[in-house]
Amino acid sequence: MELLAFGKTGWGDELFIATLMTIAVSITALLIGFIFALIFTPLKLSKNKFLNLIANCYTTVIRGVPELLVIYLFFFGGSGAVMFVASIFGYNDYIEINAFITGSFAIGIISGAYSTEVFRGAIQSIDKGQFEASKVLGLKKPIHFVKVIMPQMLRLAIPNLSNVWQITLKDTSLISVTGLVEIMRQSYIAAGSTRDPLFFYSFAAILYLLLTFLSMKLINQLEIKYSKGY
Amino acid sequence: MDLDLMITSFPKLLNATLITLKLLSVSLVLGLFLGLFFAILRLNKNPFINKFAYGYSYIFRGTPLLVQIFIIYFGLGQIEYLRSSFLWVVLKEPYWCAIIAFALNTGAYTSEILRSAFQTIKPGFIEAGKSLGIQSKIIFYKIQVPIAIRQSLPAYGNEIILMLKGTSLASTVTLMDLTGVAKYIISTTFKPVEVFIVAGGIYLFMTFLIHNLIKFLEKKYSY
Repeated sequence: MELLAFGKTGWGDELFIATLMTIAVSITALLIGFIFALIFTPLKLSKNKFLNLIANCYTTVIRGVPELLVIYLFFFGGSGAVMFVASIFGYNDYIEINAFITGSFAIGIISGAYSTEVFRGAIQSIDKGQFEASKVLGLKKPIHFVKVIMPQMLRLAIPNLSNVWQITLKDTSLISVTGLVEIMRQSYIAAGSTRDPLFFYSFAAILYLLLTFLSMKLINQLEIKYSKGY
Repeated sequence: MDLDLMITSFPKLLNATLITLKLLSVSLVLGLFLGLFFAILRLNKNPFINKFAYGYSYIFRGTPLLVQIFIIYFGLGQIEYLRSSFLWVVLKEPYWCAIIAFALNTGAYTSEILRSAFQTIKPGFIEAGKSLGIQSKIIFYKIQVPIAIRQSLPAYGNEIILMLKGTSLASTVTLMDLTGVAKYIISTTFKPVEVFIVAGGIYLFMTFLIHNLIKFLEKKYSY
């Protein structure tokens, strides 16, 4: 147990900070994923075949290729791509992106593909009458979306979004290969310097279980909130 | 775009695909047995047995696969007793450690898929079997299992694809599977996009095949 002590003698404080880092990366990645989903869901639902194709390519490729490969692409290719864009604007110095940004972006793109599918499914299962009714009432498009579609969509999407959250949370463990100090990386460091991998990796597993358990509790509350009236 | 690199790396990556496929098939077969076993335990009326099965699936579904591989590969070697036992022959090989982790992981998901399939079988089927005087063992193997397999095909197809992607983690324990070789080529040539296109293309082709195979089976066994 003294291995987990806080302060200089143990790894407690390091692991605590690493846990916060895991939470921070997961939330950032989920939000980045939502932004991607907001862009690609309308493309998926649009009647234009070309826009459909773009959105389908995104979700199919991301969901068919291992997360680790996507992370390697961003890890090795990220700064190159940013430098390329910067060179167009006339900036030619070396740019290094930190591991947090590359990591949450890589996981965000992955989680965005899952979120897109969830939102598409939710919008498609809203009753057709709701769309027609707001047309008949002459509601403007933005109001129609925010006041009519969103609340109904969220209720249908929350159970599946909780799956997306779990996947995202677990995927962040893969960012440890890029050197970002989250739970997995910190356990790796601790295991290496104390030669006690069994203890530290088991403890990491417990931390992840705790995170998934607590977030499920929170999401259940949300589900109850949004299914009021049903 | 460096087309030459894409062409020269293709055979290397294809070679590594064999290891990926080996890992996938062995762990799926083992995982299916584990899944069936734990699904049956889940349906058991004894609360101790079905809590145990629930605990297994909860732990393996609630933690990242990477942690599971690391516990088995780095962690288990620490136990003196294991090191001196016959199990060490298996556990010192990264290949078998990866397979054990994958099998336990997919077994947990498979047990959930099969459990829900068993639970959705209409009681009428079982009652019909009973009233015909069929033994309950035969009812289980000849009525419940085939229906459950058919019910769980779509979800199991997803699980196969998730597992295919999961095998990429074998590269973290020194195995040179498709992702491992891709990472090696990227880190020696610094051409991530080209290698990603080739390796990603191979993965996509495999998911495409699995997807269609499941679709075909679904049609064949529909009733």
